[in-house]
Amino acid sequence: MNAAPAVLVEGLVKRFGTFTAVDDVSFSAQRGEVLGFLGPNGAGKSTIIRILCALLRPTAGRALVAGLDVTREPEAVRAHLGYMSQRFSLYDDLTAVENLRFFGGLYRVPDAVLAERIAWAVEMAGLTGRETELVGTLAGGWKQRLALGCAVLHQPPIVFLDEPTSGVDPVSRRQFWQLIHHMAESGVTVFVSTHYMDEAEYCHRLALMDRGRLVALGTPGELKRGSLRGALLRVECQPLGEALDALGRAPGVLEAAVFGDAFHVTVSAAEPALRDLPRWLTERGLQCGAIAEIPPSLEDVFVARVGGGRA
Amino acid sequence: MPDAGPSVAVEGLTKRFAATTAVDGLAFTVAPGELFGLVGPDGAGKTTTMRMLAGVMAPDGGSALVAGCDVVRDPEGVKHRISYMPQRFGLYEDLTVDENIRFYADLFGVRRREREARAMRLLTASGMERFRDRLAGQLSGGMKQKLGLTCALIHTPQVLLLDEPTTGVDPISRRDFWRILYELVGEGVTVLTSTAYLDEAERCHRLALLHEGRLLFCDAPARLKAGMPGTVVAVTTTAASAVRDELRAMPGVSSLLIVGDGVRLVVDDAGARIPEIHARLRAAGLVATYVAVVPPTIEDLFVASVGRAAERGA
Repeated sequence: MNAAPAVLVEGLVKRFGTFTAVDDVSFSAQRGEVLGFLGPNGAGKSTIIRILCALLRPTAGRALVAGLDVTREPEAVRAHLGYMSQRFSLYDDLTAVENLRFFGGLYRVPDAVLAERIAWAVEMAGLTGRETELVGTLAGGWKQRLALGCAVLHQPPIVFLDEPTSGVDPVSRRQFWQLIHHMAESGVTVFVSTHYMDEAEYCHRLALMDRGRLVALGTPGELKRGSLRGALLRVECQPLGEALDALGRAPGVLEAAVFGDAFHVTVSAAEPALRDLPRWLTERGLQCGAIAEIPPSLEDVFVARVGGGRA
Repeated sequence: MPDAGPSVAVEGLTKRFAATTAVDGLAFTVAPGELFGLVGPDGAGKTTTMRMLAGVMAPDGGSALVAGCDVVRDPEGVKHRISYMPQRFGLYEDLTVDENIRFYADLFGVRRREREARAMRLLTASGMERFRDRLAGQLSGGMKQKLGLTCALIHTPQVLLLDEPTTGVDPISRRDFWRILYELVGEGVTVLTSTAYLDEAERCHRLALLHEGRLLFCDAPARLKAGMPGTVVAVTTTAASAVRDELRAMPGVSSLLIVGDGVRLVVDDAGARIPEIHARLRAAGLVATYVAVVPPTIEDLFVASVGRAAERGA
C-alpha cells in the first residue's frame, strides 16, 4: 500500500487583488479518508477545492493531488478527480444509462471497460430494471446515487462532493453515506464541503475554515471534546424571553441560545454553574426547570471556533 | 384582539398535480405564539403547503384557517394578516439593503417612524447594521436570507410563514436567524417555518414530519424522540467496517451505520446489548474507544418510521 498522502497542501495562499481568500493553509489527506470542509460562506472552502481541481492557480505554496502538482500538471490532476455538485449535473431528458455513457465519454473511460463500469454504476445506484427510465422521472435518492456513479465512472482516486445529500430524504441519505464509506474502504479519498453538521458527522476528519485560515482539524470527536472553552448545559427556564436576558448576564455564562423550549448555555465550568445557576435564576423571578450538562454538537463547535470576532 | 383559537388550523388539506398528490390529507394546528416546523425532504410537500397557507395556491380539498381567515374562501384577506417568505424572496439585487427595506415598508403601508425603529432592531439582531448601504446582490447567502426576513417583518404579521429560510445558510447566520424567530414568538407572533434539515427541526416548539405529502408525526421534538422504539448506541472506533461486520449478525440490532467516528446502531435493549457488544468486539480482537448510549435524532425517528418501504425505493 502506498503511504504517500492522496492530497498534500503546504503553505497554500490564494489572493484575489487585495483579498486573501486562502491564507497559508497546510494539511494532508490519506488514501481512503473522508475529509470534510466546514466554514461560513467566503471562508475559502471553494477556493481550496478549485485549486485542488486545478481550476485556479495558487498565489503561493503548493498542492499535490495523487502526487501530481496542480500548477505543473493540471490536466493529469483533473484526470484523477471526480466531482459531484450540490445540484447534480444530470440530464433530465436522458435515461440513466445515457447519462452514464455521456459522462463516460467526458471522462474518457476506455470503450473496453465502459460497459462494465456502467453496469457497476447501475447496480451501485440501485437502478437495475430502471436503466432506460428518463432521469427526470427518478426520485431524489436515485438521482443522487446516479450522479455519484457519473462522477466516479472513471475510477478516480479522489472525489469531491459539494453538499451531496442536501434535501435528500434521510433513508437515501444514509444509503448514500454508506456507499461513500464503502468507496473510502477501497482506497478512494473523499472531500466533502458542507454547511450541514449531519453531513459532517459522516467524515473521518473535519477541516474548519474561517476567513481563509484553517482554524481546526480533527475527528468529529476530537473537535467536540477540544473546542469549547468551558462546558455546555441544557437549561429549562421560563419565560423564555426574560430568561434569555438573564442568562446572558449570569455569572460564568459565556453564551446562551434558545433551543426549542430550553436553552443551550456555554459556561466556563460545569460544576459551579450546575450548583449556582438555578438559584440565581429563581432569585430573579424566573422558573428554572431541569439543568444538565450535555455533549456539544458539531454546530456548537463551529460557532465556538468560527464565531469569534463576529457580530 | 380576542383570539382564543389556533393561529393555523389545517384539516384534510390536499393538493394534486396531475398524477401526484403533493399534499395528501394534511391536518395540524398551530397555537398563537408557537414556533412550528414543517419538516421533511424535498418533495415531501412543504412548499406546496406553505403556498396554500399563504393564499397563493388553491387547494383541491380540505380547509385551512390562518390568522382567523379561511384561505380557501378568502385568499386575499389572509395576505394582510400574515407575512410569507418564499424560498426565493424577491429582493432587488441592484437596490441597497435600506432601499429594499423601504420598498417593502411602502408596500405594506408601514409608517416611517415605525419602520425605522423596526428595521434598526431587526438589522442589529441579525448583525447587519453595518451593511445598510450595501447592494443586496453583493450580500452572502446568509445575509440575503436575513434581509429577506427583515423585509418580510417590516410590518407586524400575526402569522409568519417561512419556506426553507436557512437552506444554504452557514451555521452562524442560522443561529442569528433562529434567535430572531424566538424573539418574534416571544412577542406573540406565530411562526410556521419549513426545513429539509432534520437537525434544525429540533429547534421548533413542535413539528410536523412530512413524507411524500403525508404527515408522519406531529409533536414536540423531545416527546417524538422519547417515543422512538429502541435505543441508539454509538461505538467509537477506527475499525468501523470491521466493527459493523462483527455486529451485523447480533440479535436485537435494527440499524447499523458507519459514521466518521465509528458505528451507530439501534438496539432493542441497551442494558443487555452494550455488554454483549463489548464481549463480541473483544472476542474478535477489535478495539472500541467508547460504547455509549446517545440521544436519538429526528432523522433516526424518520428512518425508523419510513422504514423498509422507502429503503427499497429512492
